[in-house]
Order: sequence, then structure tokens, then C-alpha cells
Amino acid sequence: MITLVKRPTPSRLWIVLTPLVAVLLTMVAGAALFAMLGKDPIEAIRTIFWDPLFNPQFAAYSRPQLLVKAGPLILIAIGLSLGFRAGIWNIGAEGQYIMGAICGAAVGLAAYPIDAWWVFAAMVLGGLAGGTAWAMIPAVLRVAFKTNEILVSLMLVYVAENLLASMAVGALRNPEGGGFPGSRNLSQYPAAANPELIAGTGMHWGVVAAFIAVIFAYVILSRHMLGFQIRLTGQSPRAARFAGVNAARLILICLGISGGLAGLAGLFEVSGPAGQISIDFGSGYGFTAIIVAFLGRLNPIGILLAGLLMALTYIGGELAQFMLGLPASAIQVFQGMLLMFLLALDVLTNYSLRWRKRETA
Amino acid sequence: MGSIDPLVLLAAIMMASTPILLAALGEMVVERAGVLNLGVEGMMITGAIVGFVAAYESGSPTLGFVTAALGGALISLLFGVLTQFLMSNQVATGLALTLFGLGLSSLIGQSYSGLRAPLTPDLHIPVLSDLPVVGRVLFQHDAMVYVALALVVGVWAFLKFTRAGLILRAVGESHDAAHALGYRVKLVRLCAIAFGGALAGLGGAYLSLVRVPSWTDGMTAGAGWIALALVVFASWKAFRVLAGAYLFGGISVLQLNLQAAGSKVPADLLSMSPFLATILVLVIISARKKGATAAPAMLGRVFHASQ
Repeated sequence: MITLVKRPTPSRLWIVLTPLVAVLLTMVAGAALFAMLGKDPIEAIRTIFWDPLFNPQFAAYSRPQLLVKAGPLILIAIGLSLGFRAGIWNIGAEGQYIMGAICGAAVGLAAYPIDAWWVFAAMVLGGLAGGTAWAMIPAVLRVAFKTNEILVSLMLVYVAENLLASMAVGALRNPEGGGFPGSRNLSQYPAAANPELIAGTGMHWGVVAAFIAVIFAYVILSRHMLGFQIRLTGQSPRAARFAGVNAARLILICLGISGGLAGLAGLFEVSGPAGQISIDFGSGYGFTAIIVAFLGRLNPIGILLAGLLMALTYIGGELAQFMLGLPASAIQVFQGMLLMFLLALDVLTNYSLRWRKRETA
Repeated sequence: MGSIDPLVLLAAIMMASTPILLAALGEMVVERAGVLNLGVEGMMITGAIVGFVAAYESGSPTLGFVTAALGGALISLLFGVLTQFLMSNQVATGLALTLFGLGLSSLIGQSYSGLRAPLTPDLHIPVLSDLPVVGRVLFQHDAMVYVALALVVGVWAFLKFTRAGLILRAVGESHDAAHALGYRVKLVRLCAIAFGGALAGLGGAYLSLVRVPSWTDGMTAGAGWIALALVVFASWKAFRVLAGAYLFGGISVLQLNLQAAGSKVPADLLSMSPFLATILVLVIISARKKGATAAPAMLGRVFHASQ
């Protein structure tokens, strides 16, 4: 029979290979799923993974979308990965994303119609503050009372969603909107807008911030004391305590960074691609970013690639919805399967398979 | 405020609490075996849709509940195999189960939106149901309300008095010791996970078949997460799960009634109140010294028998 023997150290080869194999297996399983839904599986897979980038008919529209979708995913996932590495589970990034958007947009709307460069800068700070503050709630509760941060951060997502709904029809509603829910359109208010920086690329300030975050995270993890403490705490909390790591400080920093980045992602989204605070602003980026973080092996470079891939499934999914009538939820299942396969295959990273005869005791 | 009848309210609380009671009770058993399954929300919503489809197609709510329990158990085994045999991280796998369950349910349910579930009849217990006030409040519900209550007693007795219950607790407190005594840690945990999945499935089906009763996308809306918090609140004890579920059921019914009665408090603030209450309760529980030690010692730890 096959037994699993724990490797002394995780296999470097399999760390790189598992995401690739997981993507392949997800494609196969996804093809089976699409076939069951009565769609041509090959065509569906091609529509999702190939057409958005290379089909001359769609690529002009789809290619820029890749960065638009990947930006927030990468930005949020980078923040989450720091905490995940240290065993600090912030799964309420969706709430921090929404709060960042609300606070950032509120700053911009309060400044309307002032036309000055500092409006956008103040909004960025607002978004950062909103997300960080929202993440500080589970962080402080965890440090002060040992309250489970998983549950608190998640509960706060629902609180933030209700707050968003109330803002969209209340405090932040467009006074000239004829009573319709939703705020002023920030993308039409030049001082507060987050426009496409280079035409036809989808590059906006949020994408720039995501790239900077990738570099920062890489440097912190590999070159900075904080990164060492994060990695040590994740591998052995006891050893970290002996090494003098201040656990409370690490919790505050990790949740603070992830909340801040999620808040920034929300701000760049609301001032750019989304344009306004509306009831359905929360789009699930905060949850998908969890998949991105794991798919990228909690490694900054990996997350960059994983974010682009996940963005591709979003865009390809929309295209497949439009072209083949594939239901939107099929893509959600597809993304869920990807994470499942990845976690299942991870056994190969930490364990090696050995054939052995059943011992007769 | 005058328009809220306390007796009707009490009866409504019993119904409103049943989904989270079932899900939390199942999760409590899973956690007592030392496994943290964060996929409750995903298992609940899976139960809600498969239960709805089975009941709608067959016209029988009973068949709906049975299917929901099977569906919940089946999808929980996905988590079971990944965490027990492939030693995956339980937090990540539980989240994956929730994301997967939400997607899957929405895929299955796309053509069932807006349809009405077949009626689950209220029981009419001779004598008891006819009691003047109490009868209407306590003894005129559908069978699942009483099944849930019976399960509370059953789980309590199972953990406290049976040998199997003792083994399950041993596995949750020290898997190495249990393994050394010759108990099959992974099998015990797999059974606990499947049981938890079945109960979460029943809880979900109660939402789609009785409480609402129809299918809408993402209809569990955080109930699974509240159930998870409830287990912590209950310090992993069956009767405290019951008390907690009725407390949260009470909050959610009260806020709905306040909204309906046109209260001055904004509706959005009332809608977030169950979640704020959950956080508050979690803080109070964890602030006490005793609360933290009540958790099973092996909660969330991976078991791998070295040769």
C-alpha cells in the first residue's frame, strides 16, 4: 500500500509544480462540468483561457480588463498572504475593501467640487485608513481578549455590506441623482478620478499600487526582520516566542497591512472601474483574493501570476457567459475547484509517497 | 412597538433558531473530534439547494430533508478527505468548501429561483397542541423543530454516556494518545465530519423549505458563520448551543419585527445587529479565562501517524 512519509523540508519542486498541476486538473474537471451543463467543453475552456487574450474579436476589449481585475486581487492577496504565513487569518478582506471604498469616496465627495491635486491623495489616505481601521477591530480584539479573528473579521463583512447599502441610499447618495441609490460618479469628477493611465492597457493607480505591493512584500519577506518574524511564527509559534517575537505586535501589523491594502483596493475600484458607491459595489474580490493568495503559494511573485490567472477566469467567464450562455456560477464553481485541487495536491509538497508492504504486526 | 405580540414572537424564535441550532450542533461534534471545519456556510447552502430540488421535484418535504442531509454529508466528505488523508490546512480547506458550496448551489439552483417549496405541515400533537397558550407557542411547529431539539439531547447523551462518544472526545483531546490506544483517529474524525455536514445540510434545508420557503442565491447569508461562532459561545457544550441558538434566533426575529413595525432605527442598522451581537458575545466569552480552555486541545491540528 502507499504510505505518506513526511519530508524533512517541503519539496521545492512541488511548491512550484502544484499550482500548475492544479490548474490543469481544474481545466479537466471544469471541462467535465461544462459538458454536463450541455456546453462544448473544449470551446468553453478555449473561451475562458484563450479568447480574452488572443481572439482578435475580443482581445481589444478583454486585454485591458486583465489588469483592471487583477489589480485589486493582487493588492488584497499580498496583504492577506503576510498574515496567512504567520497563521493570522484575516478572511474579512471583503469588508475592509468595502470600508476603504466608503471612506475614500466619502473624502472625495466631501471635497466636491474642489479641483485640486490633493483631493485624490486625501482619498487614498481615506481608503487606507478605512480598511486599516476595519481590520484593527479583529486585531485589537484578538490581542486584548484572544477573540478569534477569523469569525470577527468575517462578521464585519456583513456589517460592512449593510453599511454600504445604507450609505448608497443615505449619507453618500448623489443629491442630483433624482433619488436613485448610488453616489456621484467619481470617475466623472476629474480631481477624484482614478483614470486609465496608459490608454488601452487597463493600467490605473490601483494596478500600480499592486505592483509596488508585490515588490514591498518580496523585500519584507526575504530581507527584513519583520518577514523573518512572520515566517518563523508561521512555522513554529513556540520558537518565535523564544526568539523574542512580539506576537501581539505581529497580529496588529499583519492585520493592519492586509486591511490597509484591501482598503486601498476598494478606493481605487470605487474611483476608477466602478466609479461610484452603489449597493452592489462589493464584488467578492475580498474572497477571491484568498484563492489568489493560496494559488500564489503565499509568495509575492506567485501571487502576481495567480492574480493574473484568476483575473483571466473572471474575464473569460464573462465572455463564456455572453458567447456560450455559461451560467456565472459555473465560474465560481470553477474557482472553488481550483482551490480544492491545490490544497489536495499540496500533500505532495510536504509528504513523499512510498510503496511499502503491509506490515504484519 | 405595540404591534409585536410576544407569544407570536416566541413561536417565531423557535423556527428562526432551528437552522443555526442544527448547523452549530453538527459543528460542535466535529470540533469535539478535534477538527475545525470552516465550511459550515458552504454545507448549509448545499443542503438548502439539494433539499429544495428534491422536495420540489418529489413534492415531499421529508425527502427534501433526507436529501439535504445526504448532500451536506457528501460535500463535507470532500473536506474530510482533503484534511484527513491529504493533510491539508483545515482553515484553508474549510474556506474552500464554503466558496465551492456557494458556487455549486448557485449553479444547481439557477432554474429553481422564485419557485415555492411544498408545504411542510405543522404537527398537531393531541392534548399538548390544544393547551391554551403554551400549546400554540411550543407544540404547533413542523417536525424539524422537534427533531433539532431531540438531536441536542441525543448529542449530549452520546458525548456524555456512550463509549463511542468517549472515543470521539479522546480523539479531540489527544489524537496521539487515542492512536496509541488503537483507535482509528482518521475514521472517527471522518464520521464526525460527515455528521456535521449532514446537520448543516438539514439546517440549510430548513431555510429553503420552511423558513423562507423558496430558493434564492446565497440565501444562508452568514448563518453558517454565526453557527461557527455559536460553538465557541457554547464552550463546546450541547445545551449551551441550544441556548445560544435561541438567543441569536431571538435577535434576528426581533430585528425583523422591528423593521416590519416601522421602527425609527434604520433598517440597515437592524440587519447588521445579529452580526454585531455575535462579535460582542465572542468578545465576552473569550475575555473570560475559562472560555479559552474549553476548546478541544487538538482543534485544527493535523494528525499524521509516524511509523
